[in-house]
Order: sequence, then C-alpha cells, then structure tokens
Amino acid sequence: MVRAVTSFGRSGLSDWLLQRFTAVVLLAYVLCVGGILLFTPGIDYATWREHFDGTAMKVFSLMALLSIVVHAWIGLWSVSTDYLTVRMLGAKANGIRIVFQMAYAVVLFAYLVWGVQILWGN
Amino acid sequence: MKPNRPVNLDLGTIALPLPAKASILHRVSGVALVVAVAVLLYLFDLSLSGEAGFARAGELLATTPAKLVIWGVLAALIYHCVAGVKHLLMDLGIGESLQGGITAARITFAVAAVLIVLAGVWVW
Repeated sequence: MVRAVTSFGRSGLSDWLLQRFTAVVLLAYVLCVGGILLFTPGIDYATWREHFDGTAMKVFSLMALLSIVVHAWIGLWSVSTDYLTVRMLGAKANGIRIVFQMAYAVVLFAYLVWGVQILWGN
Repeated sequence: MKPNRPVNLDLGTIALPLPAKASILHRVSGVALVVAVAVLLYLFDLSLSGEAGFARAGELLATTPAKLVIWGVLAALIYHCVAGVKHLLMDLGIGESLQGGITAARITFAVAAVLIVLAGVWVW
C-alpha cells in the first residue's frame, strides 16, 4: 500500500533523514554567509563578488539551494498533511491540500532555477 | 487501522505546553522562511548583478520598511535555526525527558530572543 505519494522521498524514514541532513547544510551555510556579513561591515561589491565567485563557494551555494528545496518540501508536506485535512477543514480539504502541494512544488522549482541563474548567470 | 477511532487533534481545544509552543513556532517560522527565500534571492540576485545593482541593494536596505522586513526574516531564521539545533540534539537523545523538553524549550526561547535583539541592533 502506497499512501505517501506526495512526500519527498516516498518514505518517512528517508524524509526524516533528508530533513536533518539538509538542516545541517543550511545551518552551515547560514553561519558562513552570516559570518561574511558580520565580519566585513560596509563590504564593497568587489569583495562581496569575490566571496561567491570561487568554485568551492559556488558548490556550497548550490548545495544550500538544493537543501532549501528539499527541506522546504518536506516541511511544507508535513504542515499540509497535518493541518489541511478532512478533520480540520471538512470534505474540501483533499482538494485544497493537493493544490497547496502543487503550488509549493512550483514555487520551490522556481527558486531552484532562479538560484542557479544567480550563481552562474551573473 | 480503524478509520473511526477516537482522536482529539483539535489544537484549539488543547492547552499547549511550552515545548508544544516551541514546536508550533518552529513550523510557523519555517513556513515564513519559504516566503522569505524569495526576498533573499531577489536581494542576492541584485547584489551580484554589478556595481549598480549592489549599490541599489544597499539603498533598498537603508530604508526603514526594508529594515523591518529584514529583521523579521532574520528573526524567523534565528528562531528556526535555534529550534532546529534543539531538534537535532533531541534526536541524539539529549533532553528527551519531560523536564528536559521543558528546559530545552526555555533555553530555545531565551537564546533566540537574545540573538533576535542582537540582529535588530545589527540591522539598525
């Protein structure tokens, strides 16, 4: 019986692990970019650009971007399957939930494309 | 699983203990951050688009409404990160008891509050 067709990894254990792995990646990225902003007050364009132009940082940024997509997918899936339910909203809940899930899928995909464009297009 | 088993998940009728408040706020801040990513990507894009874009991003961030938005985004991010670390520690078996959960929630609120105030100082 397959019920979790809209979850990210189609398995609760897989989603659980991915949520934690991506959380650690994102925490590291937040600390890294936060550190740059915090320790270089009044940063100029050239320095800012230099920070994100290196290959290592580009890989790290892409990893963070993918982590945002996965982490947000799993988080929003949890929220939607907990609150957008027949018990909470009545019979129309299933329709509302699937529309909500399609909407965040589109938004997160757009974030991914936008982010790749920023990292490699600028 | 019987489909008609009795359940009470009507959150409106349940008095939420402190760890539950910490948990629901983790969710609320997470949903807010999904929206905030759009703001951050926009600023990131602008700041890397060239000298002019970088200067424009700086001008945008100098206005009071923008500072309020950024502080809000930082507040959500800080709370979500602190509560997330609590979550990871609990996954490792730290603070899993009833009292441990309450203490961990208190520490989460306290640490997040201090960091959010500091973030406000940094933004202004």
